[in-house]
Amino acid sequence: MDATRRGIQTEIVLAATDLDRLLLALKETGYRVYGPTVEDQAIVYGELDTAADLPRGWTDEQDGGIYRLKKRDDAAFFGFAVGPHSWKKYLFPPEVKLWSAHAKAKGFEIEEETANPQKMAFLGVRACELAALGIQDRVFLQGSFVDPVYRSRRDGLFVVAVNCSVAGGTCFCVSMNTGPKAESGFDLSLTEVLKNGDHYFLVSAGSEPGREMLARLPQRPAETEHRQSAAAVVENTAAHMGRTLNTEGLPSLLAGNLDHPRWDEVAKRCLTCANCTMVCPTCFCSTVEDVTDLSGDHAERWRKWDSCFTMEFSYIAQGSLRSSARSRYRQWMTHKLSTWHDQFGSSGCVGCGRCITWCPEGIDITEEAKAIREAPQKTGGKP
Amino acid sequence: MPAQRKKPKVAVWKFASCDGCQLSLLDCEDELLAVADAIDIANFPEASRAFEKGPYDISLVEGSITTPHDEERIHRVRRMSRVLITIGACATAGGIQALRNFQDVEEFISAVYASPQYISTLSHSTAIADHVPVDFELRGCPINKFQLVEVINAFLNGRKPNTPAYSTCIECKRRGTVCVTVAHGTPCLGPVTHAGCGAICPSYNRGCYGCYGPMESPNTASMSGVWSKLGVDRDGLVRAFRGFNAFAEPFRRESEAHERD
Ligand code: SF4
Ligand code: SF4
Ligand code: SF4
Ligand code: SF4
Repeated sequence: MDATRRGIQTEIVLAATDLDRLLLALKETGYRVYGPTVEDQAIVYGELDTAADLPRGWTDEQDGGIYRLKKRDDAAFFGFAVGPHSWKKYLFPPEVKLWSAHAKAKGFEIEEETANPQKMAFLGVRACELAALGIQDRVFLQGSFVDPVYRSRRDGLFVVAVNCSVAGGTCFCVSMNTGPKAESGFDLSLTEVLKNGDHYFLVSAGSEPGREMLARLPQRPAETEHRQSAAAVVENTAAHMGRTLNTEGLPSLLAGNLDHPRWDEVAKRCLTCANCTMVCPTCFCSTVEDVTDLSGDHAERWRKWDSCFTMEFSYIAQGSLRSSARSRYRQWMTHKLSTWHDQFGSSGCVGCGRCITWCPEGIDITEEAKAIREAPQKTGGKP
Repeated sequence: MPAQRKKPKVAVWKFASCDGCQLSLLDCEDELLAVADAIDIANFPEASRAFEKGPYDISLVEGSITTPHDEERIHRVRRMSRVLITIGACATAGGIQALRNFQDVEEFISAVYASPQYISTLSHSTAIADHVPVDFELRGCPINKFQLVEVINAFLNGRKPNTPAYSTCIECKRRGTVCVTVAHGTPCLGPVTHAGCGAICPSYNRGCYGCYGPMESPNTASMSGVWSKLGVDRDGLVRAFRGFNAFAEPFRRESEAHERD
């Protein structure tokens, strides 16, 4: 690498006690820093001031429909899996005003929202979340239309990835080939190592802005021993995935089983509450609501997260196209695991496990796929 | 300036109710002047004794039908109103007073009143739509004042009101609240409840009480399954579905399914 040749470090060791130096460096460079923090007995994403805002010493237990915050017996900063929030709430806000309009003597005038948010830094982005970020980039930026809301927030984003040191009870990134190690798409990546009383981060730069940020930290070069310890952390995580999903031929398997009786079974359980789509880091659907004031002289257009689990989502002249829970659950799951491939050239699922944990009924996408694979009606179909 | 509209004449009517929904209109402090500016309030017993005769462009109806007299009166209101909008759980589902529908009213009356012969009441408390055609139903106990302004606003501007019928969970997730069921094991009716309040209770670490009634496709049986797993017994399930919207069909069926004989 060029930088290494010039003698600039691309990988250093940062003492755990110096983590604040990273937050400080980010803030000094003009970033607002967002990351994991404890709120209402869960680890959510919020604005961070210092490293003390991180969920130090906390972890989580997760299963279908269950999440419990637990104390760890060490002082790890990142010893937990992903929680109910995902980074999409910052880049694709749940509710955002698109424009407002004001009546004039003749016609009306449109005022576009010129949201120019302060540069953001995400601290603690997991490998699966980087993959989700890449997927949403494709959706919002790389098609025929670019979403200006997403664009303005995404530009200049600084990403600090964290390689996972524990696998959550519903994680299956290994199956989806997205983790637990962050391979690309970050500015800096951290691996937290707690070993023999030592507590440090192996910090690697993945971009030019990352290298510049790295240069602002105390320069302690990484040795082979640090790299080996960090690699062991990730390997251990990979070996403890809470879930697995066999993806071989999955898109065509599902496409060929659209009338499988399993859809009826899951429909009996599904609440059509939409929680799965809200928490999914790749789901991108939204609706727009137009509002007027009482005089009718002022109007606004708002965009809000929507979901294929609502009736309105598939509403056409005669009513809702997907009126049954069966058709709505099937739309969600086949979009994630099958038709996404046709639409965007990859799976729509990164294996983060959120839809399993945060489904109040604990419906498990990996279980549903498995049930169809074990007793398929057809072995394949047109994807 | 856009063409000056003739101010629409709006009447507010009260049937069996607590007045809480009417009060939401008075509670619109910031919007009240704009509302008063945009509409001519012809009848609003909670705010003023002034009374203008019909017909009315919009009637807002609060409360349920519980007496033979009201059963007649609602037809008169309907005849005088171009648009009739019902507001609140009483008017849209029979309200908390619909708990009588599960019991023998005659028995109450003789137990409670010294001279039961003076009491003229119906055996059931029912929604306005069970008696006359209704143009729009605004849910909630009480209704959300912003939604009320939104509905009036939509009718004045000839557009569809934004009052989505999906689950309360969607509002809960949009505001970033941690799910009380999943993270705390607290029973919550959000998944089967119509959105509208903005998911207030979960944001205070409480489960949803179902004030806005059933959502568009409520899977109440599965909801009961979730609650049972959280340790709620059959009596608890009956009580959960027998709140302000006890007589809304999906909730009624679900509470009856768990009743012990
Ligand atoms: S489908 Fe589920 S596991 Fe896959 S990315 Fe979405 S929330 Fe995560
Ligand atoms: S699964 Fe549903 S909500 Fe998610 S992106 Fe696909 S259609 Fe949209
Ligand atoms: S799968 Fe679960 S989270 Fe998704 S709509 Fe159905 S019940 Fe809700
Ligand atoms: S707290 Fe209640 S309303 Fe909110 S997501 Fe959970 S179940 Fe739904």
